[in-house]
Amino acid sequence: MATYYSEDHEWITVEGDMATLGITQHAADQLGEVVFVEQREAGDEFEKGGEIGVIESVKAASEIYAPLDGEVVEVNEALADNPGALNDSPEGDAWIYKIKLSDASQLDDLMDLDGYKALIG
Amino acid sequence: MTDAPKRTPLYDLHVELGGKMVDFAGWEMPVQYPMGIMGEHKQCREKAALFDVSHMGQVILRGDNVGEKLETLCPQAFAGLKEGKARYGFFTNDDGGIMDDLIVSNAGDHYFVVVNAALRHQDIPHMQANLDGVDVTEIFDRALVAVQGPKAEDVVGALCPAARELKFMETTVADIGGAECRISRLGYTGEDGYEISIPEADAIRVSKLFLAHDDCEPAGLGARDSLRLEAGLCLYGNDIDQATSPVEASLTWAIQKRRKEEGGFPGAARIQKELAEGPSRKLVGIKPEGRAPARQGVEVQSQGGDTLGAITSGSFGPTVGGPVAMGYVSAGHAEPGTKVNLIIRGKAQPAEITALPFVTQNYKR
Repeated sequence: MATYYSEDHEWITVEGDMATLGITQHAADQLGEVVFVEQREAGDEFEKGGEIGVIESVKAASEIYAPLDGEVVEVNEALADNPGALNDSPEGDAWIYKIKLSDASQLDDLMDLDGYKALIG
Repeated sequence: MTDAPKRTPLYDLHVELGGKMVDFAGWEMPVQYPMGIMGEHKQCREKAALFDVSHMGQVILRGDNVGEKLETLCPQAFAGLKEGKARYGFFTNDDGGIMDDLIVSNAGDHYFVVVNAALRHQDIPHMQANLDGVDVTEIFDRALVAVQGPKAEDVVGALCPAARELKFMETTVADIGGAECRISRLGYTGEDGYEISIPEADAIRVSKLFLAHDDCEPAGLGARDSLRLEAGLCLYGNDIDQATSPVEASLTWAIQKRRKEEGGFPGAARIQKELAEGPSRKLVGIKPEGRAPARQGVEVQSQGGDTLGAITSGSFGPTVGGPVAMGYVSAGHAEPGTKVNLIIRGKAQPAEITALPFVTQNYKR
């Protein structure tokens, strides 16, 4: 199991061709208090760079972008009732999707934790 | 104007308190403190919150018959404004649109006017050019602080007993911690509270005296916006502008009867016509039924798919516990209870026209 990070501040933890996706603590801190999460449905396919959801904070709406190609397998439905979990535990309980990867080689374009830490300074 | 954002006399205090500073209308202002927008919002609704509003323009008008002369620029009855009283008003243009909104106080030997930060460069020349025989002077050596919330009287009154005696929309000058302050019982959150003009040199010290009270915490522009939206109060540039008339904006309450009848202000023809016949569109409260906030610019449609108007302010209302919005709709669809659709990211989301405000106003009348 390995965790990768995108420049759009998502994390993705991979096991075989299955992965869990969420936003980083840094992203959650920047967004402020989250009040609504718009999620795709299980079965939706997406392409790297495409919009795969929206997070609304008190201040503004922010898109979530797919860090690679894949298909939504499971949606964290707890976020609908408790969007604030994204502030409390963005890299834990408040994951957003379980996905099935289409092309594991795309992981090479993502960062490891050290690379991500360097990005956010 | 220079490009570097300006700082208010309270800048160092904001930094000390952990304020997250942003550029707002050319000013470096705190959008929130470590408590966060939701917490600051609740603090103001339940106890008391202190806001820095020093970026707004404070203007002194001196001369004879200032109230009468202001009536040539505004539809308000300022001529009859008694000493010690404040009144909400707006400048109108010749087309009946709103140039800016403002608070005018009769301070006895002068009038004290507060205008929006972004429009001071328009408003002050406008008054200077059009108020014959009135000396219009913007003052830069005073901070302006708002203490708002049900505990505001306790917070301010503990330091200044005279503040307790004021009723809503009354103003006086009194000592707070050795500083001569102008204290006005008003604000823009829907709560009881005060706006206090403090000499620059005393601004941080006096603000800290307020913050030393157990029930008072600092709040930033984020909470200020969600509070005023829940209170159904218009934000200039969002809900009202040069094209919107006060009748469309549901601000007819702010035009006194005599002025409605007599006219004699810029744009009176349109405003009196809309008063008599009703406007073609109207600013209303809009409550989305789901959890998704409807932001400024979101289209409002009838259930049949006709465009009715657009959202002008929209966010999450922490006290309401869900999204709230204001916007313009055609007059035939402005009745509270009317079901509409909001087109959020291409999808129609159900919503309902509601009466404003979304929360009960708690002014001390």
